[in-house]
Amino acid sequence: MKDYDIVIIGGGPAGLAAAVSAKQHGIDSILIIERDRELGGILNQCIHNGFGLHTFKEELTGPEYADRFIRQVDQLQIEYKLNTMVMDIGPDKRVTAMNREEGMFEIRAKAVILAMGCRERPRGALNIPGYRPAGIYSAGTAQRLVNMEGYMPGREVVILGSGDIGLIMARRMTLEGAKVKVVAELMPYSGGLKRNIVQCLDDYGIPLKLSHTVVDIKGKERVEGVTLAQVDERGTPIAGTEEFYSCDTLLLSVGLIPENELSRGMGVEIDPVTSGPKVNESLETNMDGVFACGNVLHVHDLVDYVSQEAAAAGRNAADYVIDARNTDSCVRAGSAEDGGEQEIVLKPVSGVRYTVPSVIRAVHMDEELTVRFRVDDVYRDCYVSAYFDDERVIRKRRQIVAPGEMEEVKLTREQILQHPDLKTITFTVEEA
Amino acid sequence: MEVKNLTCINCPMGCALTVEMNDDEVLSVSGNTCNRGDVYARKEMTNPTRIVTSTVRVSDGKSDMVSVKTREDIPKGKIFECVQALKDVCAQAPIRIGDVIAANIADTGIDIIATRNVDKDH
Repeated sequence: MKDYDIVIIGGGPAGLAAAVSAKQHGIDSILIIERDRELGGILNQCIHNGFGLHTFKEELTGPEYADRFIRQVDQLQIEYKLNTMVMDIGPDKRVTAMNREEGMFEIRAKAVILAMGCRERPRGALNIPGYRPAGIYSAGTAQRLVNMEGYMPGREVVILGSGDIGLIMARRMTLEGAKVKVVAELMPYSGGLKRNIVQCLDDYGIPLKLSHTVVDIKGKERVEGVTLAQVDERGTPIAGTEEFYSCDTLLLSVGLIPENELSRGMGVEIDPVTSGPKVNESLETNMDGVFACGNVLHVHDLVDYVSQEAAAAGRNAADYVIDARNTDSCVRAGSAEDGGEQEIVLKPVSGVRYTVPSVIRAVHMDEELTVRFRVDDVYRDCYVSAYFDDERVIRKRRQIVAPGEMEEVKLTREQILQHPDLKTITFTVEEA
Repeated sequence: MEVKNLTCINCPMGCALTVEMNDDEVLSVSGNTCNRGDVYARKEMTNPTRIVTSTVRVSDGKSDMVSVKTREDIPKGKIFECVQALKDVCAQAPIRIGDVIAANIADTGIDIIATRNVDKDH
């Protein structure tokens, strides 16, 4: 069996940034395991531009953004295995994986970074009535077919869901000669970025129907059309509003789900709101030495934030390995005896759906900690506030917050240390 | 005088902008909450441009397709012509990021460059 200090599960944007950061923080023995035939993950099929505005101060396409990190991985001589599937991770951080060359094999890791990303919600999760004809694709599948394999999934398209991938594919299919008839969104607002609505739909005259859903799919062998209907506040279709659209293709862009089968298998506690692991300030899960970052932790809208988060996870995993090396194996730095392991709970309330992290141990905190979260609705002219127990410490005025755009609040260690008996930090959206 | 409606893309506010035009001249912009909306509206009405991304076929490569983009923005009205012109282009592997795949696309003066590496298939 081979031993590594850090094993990273997934070679997408999160895994790559975590690996680079861990290496830069003093760890040489690193292995990235990737199931695809190349590194880069979902970025390889995201050929549109707009990536890297924060990280590189320029607008790159997905493959170019991935390449920047892949080159660093190569320069730093970080090891990786492609076409390799992780089957299981034991509670003792023993990783069971397989590929065609080596068959099934085991690797022992001192620390594990979970960076498996997410999957698209499939049709089966939606309860749309009708037959199961050919021509129904998730938007990401269509994206891969068009951009990487060079196939067009269809000619006349209806898209359900206005997530960013759906919007991007509306433009892409149009440019490739398809007729995109309409994008229907169940919610009264779009889940996508404003810029994508304008540049992918408005630019091409594609209508966006908010508060609409698919109530029927026509066609037995191949999709022949779909029926849309308006929905009320509870999402129930309103009788009499049905409208038929003939089409041969239905794309679904209805949400992403973190892919945590491996995490659950090893005993990682999952947050029911994010479907990702619960983590502390170090992005460490409830399992000692198991870290998580990127879309497996919570679904992001900008890859730049994935890279930032993953760099933090990589650095923390490196510190964990170095700490363990320097200390007696059973006593880790900052143990319960000095009172430093005191956990402060981060609590999302009215308007805030979740926070990452969900607990903070002050002794392990950097000077500054970014807390990321999403809101549950569109709020205009509001405040995003953080209460340290009952005292309001942070109050940021926002012209608008929306579920489709991740929010963040920065906490400093100084703020935390000024409140010695702090138990709970509550995050909330307040009206102005 | 002509009135045009736009949605600002600078932030999630998505301000509904109203632009008053006299031929090619912007007379006024309203509906914006901040100055970025004004700048955006004037550019959109007088000289709208976009980076265009697409894919072209590859011969002898490890992948069948290579992703490409216009090196700089091209006029919005040239987008379809640009994509159309790429239909018959076939790039020869190996390809490196930044390689020119098609020069002066659709007479815009802008080159189409590769955005991913494709190695030769042995």
